[in-house]
Amino acid sequence: MTVRVGVVMFPGSNCEHDVAEAVGSLGAAADIVWHGDRSVGQVDAVVLPGGFAHGDYLRPGAIARFSPIMEAVEAFASAGGPVVGICNGFQVLTEAHLLPGALQKNRGLTFLCQTVELEVVTDRSVLTAGVTPGTRLRIPINHFEGNYTCDEATLSALCEEDRVVVRYTDNPNGSVGDIAGICNPGGNVVGLMPHPERACDDLVGSADGKLLLGALLRSAGALNYAAAAR
Amino acid sequence: MTRFSAMVEVTLRPGIADPQGTTIERALPALGFETISGVRAGKAFRFEVEAADEVAARREVEDLCRRFLTNPVIEDSMVTLELAQ
Repeated sequence: MTVRVGVVMFPGSNCEHDVAEAVGSLGAAADIVWHGDRSVGQVDAVVLPGGFAHGDYLRPGAIARFSPIMEAVEAFASAGGPVVGICNGFQVLTEAHLLPGALQKNRGLTFLCQTVELEVVTDRSVLTAGVTPGTRLRIPINHFEGNYTCDEATLSALCEEDRVVVRYTDNPNGSVGDIAGICNPGGNVVGLMPHPERACDDLVGSADGKLLLGALLRSAGALNYAAAAR
Repeated sequence: MTRFSAMVEVTLRPGIADPQGTTIERALPALGFETISGVRAGKAFRFEVEAADEVAARREVEDLCRRFLTNPVIEDSMVTLELAQ
């Protein structure tokens, strides 16, 4: 059965079609879901894409977390459904308290748009299931507020509970612990600043993003969340 | 009910790196401001609130700060209230 991915579009999102294209190239179907809807529909996974939801006013993600769709995303996540926030989507997930910590302005106060090297830290998240820890990936980042921060207790919990998903091998933005992405205790909610959907074809410099999105689709297919919910 | 005008100042919590404040502070000596230090950048919001009294108004505004105007992981807020003109 074809895996269906719901990609949430907020006013100001700008990566929803890239995500839809990328998961489509991997054999999945994508539904663009409007932020004003109250249901994510019959999907097996949800992606909160990059962009500037609600103009990033106040703080990135601060207004998006109150969009009507977020209650459905929270319910989907708490039922074990795979939810991935990419870049602005990661910021939305922290503001919605689905992931701990916060993303502040990059060290050095510069907008960063470059390809970086990541190391997969754990395979217990839906985005890295089946990917050998230690695997290195080349994936672009494109953000001003990507400097992950949290208190000491949260950082130790993330490390002890094996919830750091990907790390930068050469920290570009000042993130604590070189963290590029984390997951919730269940491993089904993942947030990361790099954009795997922009690295899905050798023509654009790297196809390493396919490893992550492929893992997400396998996780989503195995959980078969939409079928279970029907 | 009484109308109050509120000002909320949001700043990064102590210990949270404030690259904007640091960058501003680094520029000061070049401009001749040798005596200024400890710069922290933030943002401010002004609005009006209607409440039974100042205690109730403060409670409402502090709730707004906690749930929306600040991210308590990285930010603190300071609320100033006065009777609206």
